[in-house]
Amino acid sequence: MRIIPKEVETLWTLFTAPVIWAGHFLACYALAAIWCAKRGDLGFAVVQAGIVAMTLAALAMIVLSGWLAWRQWGFGTNDPPHDDPTATDRNLFQGFATLLLCGLSFVAVLYVALPLLFIDGCSS
Amino acid sequence: MAIAGGFIWLTVIGLLAHATRHERTPIDERVASRLIFWGGAAIPSLLLFLLLGYALWLMPGLRPFARAGEANGLRIEVTGEQFWWRVAYHPADGGVPILSANEIRLPVGERVEFLLKSTDVIHSFWIPALGGKMDMIPGRVNRLSLLATKPGTYRGPCAEYCGTSHALMTFTAVAMQPAAFREWLAVRANPSPGASLPGRDIFLRNGCGACHRVAGTQAEGGVGPDLSHMGSRGTIGAGVLTTDDEAVRSFIAHPHLIKPGSKMPDFNMLPQQDIAEIASWLKGLE
Repeated sequence: MRIIPKEVETLWTLFTAPVIWAGHFLACYALAAIWCAKRGDLGFAVVQAGIVAMTLAALAMIVLSGWLAWRQWGFGTNDPPHDDPTATDRNLFQGFATLLLCGLSFVAVLYVALPLLFIDGCSS
Repeated sequence: MAIAGGFIWLTVIGLLAHATRHERTPIDERVASRLIFWGGAAIPSLLLFLLLGYALWLMPGLRPFARAGEANGLRIEVTGEQFWWRVAYHPADGGVPILSANEIRLPVGERVEFLLKSTDVIHSFWIPALGGKMDMIPGRVNRLSLLATKPGTYRGPCAEYCGTSHALMTFTAVAMQPAAFREWLAVRANPSPGASLPGRDIFLRNGCGACHRVAGTQAEGGVGPDLSHMGSRGTIGAGVLTTDDEAVRSFIAHPHLIKPGSKMPDFNMLPQQDIAEIASWLKGLE
């Protein structure tokens, strides 16, 4: 008798995209705040480049997570609602929910990065 | 922004009205899914993106001082103290700051940058008629940019509870025509002609100058409000009383009755004659 099933059904993949969004948010603001506090020799362009790079990396990871979710959902061959009490439906439901969260996180990451277009330095 | 918001609201309400009146025939599932995707997710995201971009683009105009290293125009430094306001006008050309207290004057039609500080507890600077409030936090300099569009006298309270006399900590903000303001400020840069009148000696002899500064005299104290041109201010005690003789006399004699928690000791032990002379001398500082 197995206490833990062979294939662990986990909910954690569901949160990948929101976690990426949260990490990106934190990293962007922390980077800008540290740069503004320290004012080293590096120009603001370095901060901008860093944020652009982090944004692109975050978007790429979200797209990857979204593609995996899309695959888990069966590339749209099954229509929701996946509400039967079966392992298949749980799997499909999770894929679909993850895909939607990926879309939301993608947009959220873009919104977080948007102020960068209008900022040219620290305020004081 | 308001037009865009109104347009979106009208569209949504229009769609709602359309949906409730429309014949209840089921629509094709594919069409419905597409409608939900575009109308419910894609288009709102795009519209929000555009509106957010527009709002962010407007921001530098609301915070003109944010442009790094650019000193533009007049800066007024206001420091919150228990329970009054220390004011210093920093001219645009970087000259000597002009000190004052409990009254702020600013030119109409010119954006003024306020540097807000505190020396003791958190206060909050607020001129409701001109803009939002901004906290004054010990150890920090907060910036606020205000633009007065109409001449007038506005009241400003302390908007963060700061102690016993919090409710008695107010100031007057006077918006003046730019030419009149510059003239006013030029006068304030020099000592008041009244400073050399006889009451000065009584003021100095009783040690008032240890806490109060009066330009043109030996009174150089920085603990209490600057009194250099007190007679021209409309109020005393940070907006508590008007500047009439009796009010000034009673403030000198019993500051604690008028302003509980104030750091100024009672001077009731002075002869009434001395108090009266100090009061009339202070009133003459215009």
